[in-house]
Order: sequence, then C-alpha cells, then structure tokens
Amino acid sequence: MTEVLFDDVKDGVELEPLSYDVTSTTVVLGALATRDWRPQHHDYHFATERNGVRDIFLNAPNQAAWFERYVTDWTGPRGRLGRMRFRMRGSVFPGDTMVFTGVVTGTEVDDTGCAWAELDVTLKVGDDVKTTCQVRVAVPANSDDNPWSRRGDRWNP
Amino acid sequence: MSGAGLPADVAELVGKVQYEETADFPVERGYIWTSVSSVENGNPLFWDDAVADELTDGPIAPPSMLSTWFRPHHWAPGRTKQALPLQVHFDMKDRFGLPEAVMSDNSMTFYEPVRPGDVLSTRQVLRSVSDEKTTKLGTGRFWDIDVEYRNQNGDLVGVESWTGFGYRR
Repeated sequence: MTEVLFDDVKDGVELEPLSYDVTSTTVVLGALATRDWRPQHHDYHFATERNGVRDIFLNAPNQAAWFERYVTDWTGPRGRLGRMRFRMRGSVFPGDTMVFTGVVTGTEVDDTGCAWAELDVTLKVGDDVKTTCQVRVAVPANSDDNPWSRRGDRWNP
Repeated sequence: MSGAGLPADVAELVGKVQYEETADFPVERGYIWTSVSSVENGNPLFWDDAVADELTDGPIAPPSMLSTWFRPHHWAPGRTKQALPLQVHFDMKDRFGLPEAVMSDNSMTFYEPVRPGDVLSTRQVLRSVSDEKTTKLGTGRFWDIDVEYRNQNGDLVGVESWTGFGYRR
C-alpha cells in the first residue's frame, strides 16, 4: 500500500497493475461476503445448466470491493472514495487471471479545498475488458489534510 | 429525460419516495472483515483500530459495502414476502408491459461513513422515465432510479443510481 498526496497526482499517471488468479473460492467467498445467496455465484450446475455460462462467476458487489481495494492500495488509508460508476461487459470465472489497471484522468481542488482525483479503472481477463469503473476519490491536499474529516457542505462527492 | 407524454400515474411517481425499509440487522465488524479479507484488502483503516481512531473517529465499513447491509437473510422465521431490491424497476416493467430489462449503468456515491452498530434504512426514488425508444435490443423505455441509504440519525450515507432499459424484442 502506498500513500499519495495531491501533488503526486497528475493527469495520465498510471497505477501499478494488480493481477489475481480467480478460483472457485474467490467467487464463493466474495458472494457470501456481500450476502449474495444467488446460486449462479456458488452452484456450478445452476450456472452452467440454467444460466448457460461456463462456470460460477464473480458477483457485482464483490467486484466493487475489488475496485475499492485497488484504488485504496494506491491512495493509502486517507484516500476517501466519493463515487464509483460501473459498466459490466462480461463475467469473471474461476481459472481467469484478472488484471486491474488504472489511470488518472483528471484532478480538481473544489471550492471547499477538497482535493480530488478522477480515475479510469479497468478489469481485464487476457485482452477482454470485463468491467470498467470511473472513480472519484479524495486524496490529502497536503501532509496534514485528512479527507475523512469532511462533513456536510465540505464533502461534495 | 422524463418524456412529455408520460402517463399521469407514472408522472406522479417521479420524485416520490417509495419502499422505505429498515435493514434486518446492524452493521457489524464480522462482515467488514469477511469482505476486506475476500479481496485481500490490507487497508489499515479496517484492521488497525489506532488508524481508524486517528482518521475516522473509530472503525468504519468499506464504502463499497453499501448494498451488503440490505441484502435479506436467506431464510427468516415467518417470512412470507419481501420487496425486491429495486422494486421500482420491476414496477416500471410491469406498468409498461415490458418483459425484458437490462441495467445499463450503475453508480454509487458515498457520504457519511457507515459505522459498526449503524442501522441503515433505504428508500427508492424514480428520477425519470423516457419516451419510447428503439435500440438494438428492442423497443421500450429507459428509467433512472436512486436508492438512498441513511443511518439511524437520518444522515445520508450513500446513493446508488441505476439506469434500466425495459423492452420487448
């Protein structure tokens, strides 16, 4: 885990990629951790015979948790998520190696002094884009700043 | 993007608060640890109370867990029927007689942190409904729905926004 300050955040900065080998345990653990009991996330026969896909697959809320982890691995604990926008294009199955990449697409200090980074984060398996996520995350404006201390009108995600 | 020709009963629903519900159980740390463990998230905010005390005045839940606190138990005694998550989406499908639907866009916006012990409540608001449109999937309508989450003090903790497209082939 790193810790960035706003001065380090520039358009075009790329985040270190994260690669992870997905197993059935990854899928089932992720589904249960998000209280998603639907059978396509734990029952191979349901997924293949009813859904017509090749295996059980990662559920969307657990993917959100992966994206959060990827972004805060970069920001460090003072990074505070403001907004995440998802577009799902394909499923992630056991046996896949998922690779997360991210790039800074914009920066802003808003009227209240809150420092923001906009990121495009992509989850790929091989050459296939599975999910994209646009992220707005607050980062410390300087070494004394803590975005988590903001409330009410001082927090505009 | 609400269409001018929207039926009166649907136009009346736009902006109206519907399906207010309270969570089945309080936010708890066991689930927080299971979640961060499932994605190998080592953020000390969730593992080191000294860091949580310093940065967030005590432990918080990962923001992306927002909807987790609302998924119903797999079974509960005496339960007969439960409103579906995103009931407004299914209401629109039924109202316009559209058998198929996809979600084209989903976003989450985070406000006050969610903390262990919080009991969250949720409400659904239909934001807009389009005129009839034809896409490569079929003919139907787009609608935008917000699901708002609040804590027991009434503070807004997050909003999930969905764009659905209900259609017939």
